[in-house]
Amino acid sequence: MRNLLSAADLSAEEVFSILDLAEEMSEVQARPIKKLPALRGRTVVNLFFEDSTRTRSSFELAGKWLSADVINVSAKGSSVSKGESLRDTVLTIAAMGVDAMVIRHSASGAPAQAAAWTQIPVLNAGDGTHEHPTQALLDAFAIRRHLRRSDPEAEIAGKKIAIVGDLTHSRVARSGVSLLRTLGAEIVLVAPPTLMPSGVGTWPVSLSTDLDEVLGEVDVAMMLRVQRERMSGGYFPTPREYTVGYGLTRDRLAKLKPGAAICHPGPMNRGLEISADAADAASSLVLEQVAAGVAVRMSVLYHLLGGEEDQ
Amino acid sequence: MTTDPAPQPTGDGGDTGTEASDSRARVVLDSEEIGRTVTRMAHEILEANRGAENLVLLGIPTRGVPLAERLAGAIGAVEGTPPPLGQLDITMYRDDLRRQPTRSVGRTSIPNSIDDATVVLVDDVLFSGRSVAAALDALKDLGRPRAIRLAVLVDRGHRQLPIRADHVGKNLPTAAEERVRVRFAETDPATEVTIEPEPRKEGERL
Repeated sequence: MRNLLSAADLSAEEVFSILDLAEEMSEVQARPIKKLPALRGRTVVNLFFEDSTRTRSSFELAGKWLSADVINVSAKGSSVSKGESLRDTVLTIAAMGVDAMVIRHSASGAPAQAAAWTQIPVLNAGDGTHEHPTQALLDAFAIRRHLRRSDPEAEIAGKKIAIVGDLTHSRVARSGVSLLRTLGAEIVLVAPPTLMPSGVGTWPVSLSTDLDEVLGEVDVAMMLRVQRERMSGGYFPTPREYTVGYGLTRDRLAKLKPGAAICHPGPMNRGLEISADAADAASSLVLEQVAAGVAVRMSVLYHLLGGEEDQ
Repeated sequence: MTTDPAPQPTGDGGDTGTEASDSRARVVLDSEEIGRTVTRMAHEILEANRGAENLVLLGIPTRGVPLAERLAGAIGAVEGTPPPLGQLDITMYRDDLRRQPTRSVGRTSIPNSIDDATVVLVDDVLFSGRSVAAALDALKDLGRPRAIRLAVLVDRGHRQLPIRADHVGKNLPTAAEERVRVRFAETDPATEVTIEPEPRKEGERL
């Protein structure tokens, strides 16, 4: 596999391979000297056409901790738009002789398009409302770690995971469904009818519009960020109403079964989709997800760039 | 994007894999001899270190790990308590990483700080010396031991780097194309060291 464009491209075996190596990488994260020479001499470009804190800095750290040279190209504020200019940007960067490109773009499918234009590996760091595969990998990593605290052999297969919130616009949810299904999880999507994606009936998941009904049965509640820019889109009347129906409030926190974990891809709207009590609860994996992001991205970069030179 | 599923030959001349040995393989050390050899090496390590103080054993996966466990057990039998034991994966430090398909990576677990400790690197076979060089690089990123020593079950010669072992179970002269295999019951069907001639060429008469 030359690129990582979609979580659906990964077989279960590949996912396990990435997660297992990420376990070893997280050991490196805890060392005083966070450096492995595996990608010495390789160059990775982070090409971010959209804002990002977590993803961009963790890709940068991941590359640097594997001794790759990393440069960041931020297209914000420039005249870069879709189509021809994206192509020119990608070909220009590729012509400099870099070894991999990490792309975030507001247009769904932009990284796949870039991969078609160039021979170098392309990693999708989030494209529009389409996919965010490394987010799904780090979610799986954090969930598996959580499960293994009580059972060292635990796997995600057979566990029940609720993904809650703005599913229509969520690339995190799309990658998550795909990857967690690959690992054998049972998924229930919870959202108001206005935020259920079209065609969701064909997805390998169950659907619910009642969060209270679902909370007591799941092993993981994955809350999605409500994108404030959607507030005016008529998807739900007011933020308050959303919280009442679909927020992980203090009351709902008590309905989770013992040992159930709370995930959120960040950034969180505290008080909207997740209460401060839930965000800071002992069972909240939010910061573990962030830490897992670096380890998982190290693993992905190694899988794509650590092998034969004449690929 | 798949990794090589086979276990990594980290003892740079030792071959891993649990498949049945070549019928032409010759047993160089059997289980009992290995037991006696490990006991002797344990005593040598203690003698060189004047006891077990500040001693840390680090096995290099795959076969260096069960060997390090056995050495720690033998040292514990003499001293009363076994020394701290860990393992040091060197995959990411190999100088041939780019020439191979992506390799799977083993575990690194360091028992406690190795700063100012005497670290004994333990591997099954010493061959070119490249694995040990990689292990020295890996150790450098983990701390600053007072001294690093090398213990190997078999030294088969053919060094490509200026590296030697401090504690050798058996010096085994070999031809470069022969294969030395170390097996431990912990990971393999038997405990033995075998030497196999070069693989048969196609069409070669049996």
